Amino acid sequence: MELILFKVGLVVVLFLISLLIAAYSTYAERKVAAFMQDRIGPNRAGPIGILQPLADGLKMFMKEDIIPQNANRFLFILGPAISMATALMTSAVIPWGPDLNLFGTTVSLQVADINIGILYIMGVLSLGVYGIMIGGWASNNKYSILGSIRASTQMISYELAMGMSIVAVIMTTGSLSISQMVSSQEGSFGMGWNVFYQPLGFLIFLVCAFAETNRTPFDLPECETELVGGYHTEYSSMKLGFYLFSEYVNMFISSAIIASLFFGGYNFPYMQVVQENTSQILFAVICTGVFLAKILFFVFFFMWVRWTIPRFRFDQLMDLGWKVLLPLSILNMLITGFFILLNN
Amino acid sequence: MQSLTNRSKVVSNKTMSWSERIYLPAILAGLRITLAHFFKKKVTIQYPEQTKDHGPYFRGVHVLKRDDQGRENCTACGLCALSCPAEAITMVAAERKPGEEHLYREEKYAIEYEINMLRCIFCGFCEEACPKDAIYLTDLLPTSNYTRKKFVYTKDMLLEGIAPEDRRDVSKRRKGIREGAM
Repeated sequence: MELILFKVGLVVVLFLISLLIAAYSTYAERKVAAFMQDRIGPNRAGPIGILQPLADGLKMFMKEDIIPQNANRFLFILGPAISMATALMTSAVIPWGPDLNLFGTTVSLQVADINIGILYIMGVLSLGVYGIMIGGWASNNKYSILGSIRASTQMISYELAMGMSIVAVIMTTGSLSISQMVSSQEGSFGMGWNVFYQPLGFLIFLVCAFAETNRTPFDLPECETELVGGYHTEYSSMKLGFYLFSEYVNMFISSAIIASLFFGGYNFPYMQVVQENTSQILFAVICTGVFLAKILFFVFFFMWVRWTIPRFRFDQLMDLGWKVLLPLSILNMLITGFFILLNN
Repeated sequence: MQSLTNRSKVVSNKTMSWSERIYLPAILAGLRITLAHFFKKKVTIQYPEQTKDHGPYFRGVHVLKRDDQGRENCTACGLCALSCPAEAITMVAAERKPGEEHLYREEKYAIEYEINMLRCIFCGFCEEACPKDAIYLTDLLPTSNYTRKKFVYTKDMLLEGIAPEDRRDVSKRRKGIREGAM
């Protein structure tokens, strides 16, 4: 019973944290963009503009909610709902901290420690494309459909390379469970991070994560120079808000996956020393803090790249996905297998 | 033909080297540049609170000056209106009555004086034409408005006040064409 309560509490907390971080990512994005362009960015709503996400959200709610006459009403509403739901669902299998001994039982700071965690993530991520696909299709607009076609093509192309790069990690860990992947990266020093063993895999995964979240330089589905607004051309009010918001939730979750698969999750140097000298709860808090710091760094990295690199052309995108990343990830897998054999 | 600026670059169709083809060094260089800008001093001027300093040649909204005894300088000679290339200035002249010597410096004055800020091109010819030092351009900008009529600035909007704190300082004002501008 306590376990269920704990898990429900964790779900609610995770939900709120994801939304909060996504909301403040929109603010951070504008600030980062501004700073990189030698500007100041939003600073009017509250001190240094800290209430800007609230103002933006309020604006979204107040806008007129338009459903085009020739749009399919049901699918038109379903699209953003799927996008948002799948974006939030992924956080269920991410281990946010080490196991705790509470109420006489061991509880993990993870909503569901399923033994196929990484498969679950890949599955839910692929479902995310349906939100975009359905939204673009239901809008009954040429730009929307072009945007959603691009989104689905891109996601399918990059998911392959992404999966292949994960396979290498799975081979070294010997497990599909994310919590085991994270705990296996502890090493002797808290620095046995996969990024040191799988630099190529990390690079491929990173590039694919950008493509999966539709971020620059792969933001062709919402390429405003060619496609007006891309798949959300016809959307307005909070439905548009959901699409924009799910992008940021996705970014947060992708950062969390990168951090846990390649950057050791909650592991950090001198971890054992800290564990021996602090109480269990404090240690868990520190671990979660370290994990969050890693995630926020990658969220920043997403923004950093967005304001540095221009958009790819669509054929370049396809070339990169199929002719470069996929062969490279297969090569990475073969090399990893070779070394595993060598070690045995 | 020889380049005059030395800025043009010869286009070469050389094939990219391996390090250029994998893009990553170029991307890292780009990331380094944007990160450097991240920590640079910001150039933003917070407009309503902060304003940019205008140079002494800046030409903004006009002011009608009074002399040091608080009398209007303008004698309604009409030279400003005549010099105005945009036909923005109109005025009605009136004769000074006995007992109004403290208000108007000379026997004739402008009882009405209007400048249409939508017509005005802020060339500054009016202040150059004025023989009485009565009109100056300041560093103020005409405020936005909802109707065209409100852009016709009347005499009471243009004239500076008598009280010392209502005076508009134009001592730093430089008329005409900036040195080296032509």
